[in-house]
Amino acid sequence: MIEFRLPSLGADMDEGTLLTWHVKAGDTVQRGQVVAVVDTSKAAVDVEIWHDGVVGQLLIEPGTKVPVGTALATILAPGEAADPMATATAPPPPIQKPTVPTSPSPTPKLAPETAEKAITPTRRPVTPAARRRAQELGIDSDSVKGTGAQSSVTVADIEAAASTQKSGMPAIALASSTPAPSAPTSPADRAKEMRKAIAAAMGRSKREIPHYYLSETIPMALALDWLAKYNASHTIAERLLPAVLMLKAVAVALKRTPQLHGFYVDGAFQPATAIHAGVAISLRGGGLVAPAIHDVGSKPLDQLMRDLTDLVKRARAGSLRSSEMSDPTITVTNLGDQGVEAVFGVIYPPQVALVGFGSVQTRPWVQDGVLCALPLVTASLAADHRASDGHQGALFLAELRAVLQQPDTLAEAVHKTPPQGDPT
Amino acid sequence: MAATTLTYRDALREALREALIADQRVLLMGEDVGSYGGTYAVSKGLLEEFGPNRIRDTPLSELGFVGAGIGAALGGLRPIVEVMTVNFSLLALDPIVNTAAMLRHMSGGQFSVPVVIRMATGAGRQLAAQHSNSFEGWYAHVPGLRVLAPATVEDARGMLGPALADPDPVLMFEHAQLYNLEAELPKGGFPAVDIQSASVRRTGTDVSLITYGGCLAKVLMAAEELESQGISAEVIDLRVLRPLDDATIMTSVRKCRRAVVVDEAWRSGSLAAEVMARIMEQAFFDLDAPLARVCSEEVPIPYAKHLEEAALPQTPKIVAAVLTLMGKSP
Repeated sequence: MIEFRLPSLGADMDEGTLLTWHVKAGDTVQRGQVVAVVDTSKAAVDVEIWHDGVVGQLLIEPGTKVPVGTALATILAPGEAADPMATATAPPPPIQKPTVPTSPSPTPKLAPETAEKAITPTRRPVTPAARRRAQELGIDSDSVKGTGAQSSVTVADIEAAASTQKSGMPAIALASSTPAPSAPTSPADRAKEMRKAIAAAMGRSKREIPHYYLSETIPMALALDWLAKYNASHTIAERLLPAVLMLKAVAVALKRTPQLHGFYVDGAFQPATAIHAGVAISLRGGGLVAPAIHDVGSKPLDQLMRDLTDLVKRARAGSLRSSEMSDPTITVTNLGDQGVEAVFGVIYPPQVALVGFGSVQTRPWVQDGVLCALPLVTASLAADHRASDGHQGALFLAELRAVLQQPDTLAEAVHKTPPQGDPT
Repeated sequence: MAATTLTYRDALREALREALIADQRVLLMGEDVGSYGGTYAVSKGLLEEFGPNRIRDTPLSELGFVGAGIGAALGGLRPIVEVMTVNFSLLALDPIVNTAAMLRHMSGGQFSVPVVIRMATGAGRQLAAQHSNSFEGWYAHVPGLRVLAPATVEDARGMLGPALADPDPVLMFEHAQLYNLEAELPKGGFPAVDIQSASVRRTGTDVSLITYGGCLAKVLMAAEELESQGISAEVIDLRVLRPLDDATIMTSVRKCRRAVVVDEAWRSGSLAAEVMARIMEQAFFDLDAPLARVCSEEVPIPYAKHLEEAALPQTPKIVAAVLTLMGKSP
């Protein structure tokens, strides 16, 4: 029997709320199938399963908030019979460390005045009835002051907290079409939650990751000419954006500098095999997600274009898939639309590098000793000094510049990469 | 129907008379039940009315006469055996537990033992350690016995009939401090009391106070006191100690979400412990506070009045236990 656990859908996620199940006990599932929707602080994410098999038992009810790593369901491998004993004694969701590449353990939540007692950590007393009521009302019992016996949190405390929270919240769409008991439902709440999540991830990044920054000005004349010719001979729907070319160029250039893509976990760098490029997408109404386009190295340009369009559309519709959220091995951010010259990004932990592109602008440039006007783009690299040195970063940028001068090879570069590993 | 004021003692006597009149097979036997009229004067006058064949004084040997009562039941009679107090019943543990309780099972259902054994129980009358025990919980441990604890005049009046009708042994524990309790009851034909279920003596919403027998009055007083402090207590009188009525207990606990068990026996391994264990098994997720209990101090009950009072559950202790559960300092 396999336990299907809540994956970490990003370094800033340590818990999620199960919104819906798409499967029920007895359903046959295939690897990669979307089986559930989980709300993170950023978005509702379609969670995929990583095994073929039959759903044994759904362990978590929709509406329940659980830590990353919690067993959500049991999956029976093909040919495996249901074990009645196992289902009868299915344990309560264990609180486990995330199993997907993540971060050093989060800072303990102990308040300074209770730090002395940290040697013998005790469970905060929340009565069983209060626990259940808190779940019903979507209240975090940890944030409620207890007034019961031994200062335990009681039903009355939870209900009091719920009423103050409700009266304090402006315009909650309680009757929204997708009732999710504990999910922030209003756009304002969502934005606030997302800002908090981004703050946590970026704060952690800047605290933990020793960034170094390099930039390179890259002539884009050849690439854009090639693109113009390509687009001229294709229908509007088939046309490519410069961003796709750049994405592909990053993947191709990374081949020689594996130190720049992968994860830094538990004090060690783990290189990634396939290149899953996280694409920073700004959302309407604020906020940012960076879901992955899988295996950029092995996909032709037209495929990448379709993937990118699809990803942006789904990110903005709030239906990203779990693998897209959890496994980018490097992030590419393109602020060219906004007209900035260059972007020096903050690495999204536990990744080890971020590539930024500014806008393509026509500028004076000396080529072969001759001053001319050329379209140029500033590509930048923010990299984790624990995983790589400036030398490797410089090699990467040089390679990036070189591949962008050979758009034909970019179009042909379809690298075979090993099958994608199981991120769980 | 005209009402009349009866004591607990009178109610028991009326029930006995009614049973003796109704069925010729019924007899009352025990130490001093005849000429003396019973240690607690429950059987006063019955010898004159029913004669020595049906109201039988027995030798001072619990082992002997309880065994004889069980034999009489097996032989076709419907004996009511009075054991002066539960303290002395330990001498008769063997016939009660090894014979009466088990014979139906041991005989493959061929024999049953339709005996009713009445005993006084409890402390509070300065009779010192050997005369003040509350061993009814020990009997409630034994499958095959039905154990009753009438706590009101009404129950004292109405439990004997159904107990005699039960084909298996029934033990009735009368708290010795209740004999002078008075209540108004209808005169004449009295309805039988249910000997299956517990009784809700007072409804409330904040805490379930679960008790039986001699502690009921103290618990009701505690409930009054709590009411004045804004706490609404529900009082459950278990009434039947075996088999326990889980449904009534759980309904109340699920409603109030807190419970205090009050039991005059010692706490370790007590009936109170059993009630709490069942609540944990069946209603854990409904609880809004840890369970609590008020039992006797785990000492031989003292003779001195103030020490005896200190050793027993008392109204202020019950009130204090509830306040602690509610997160208020007593």
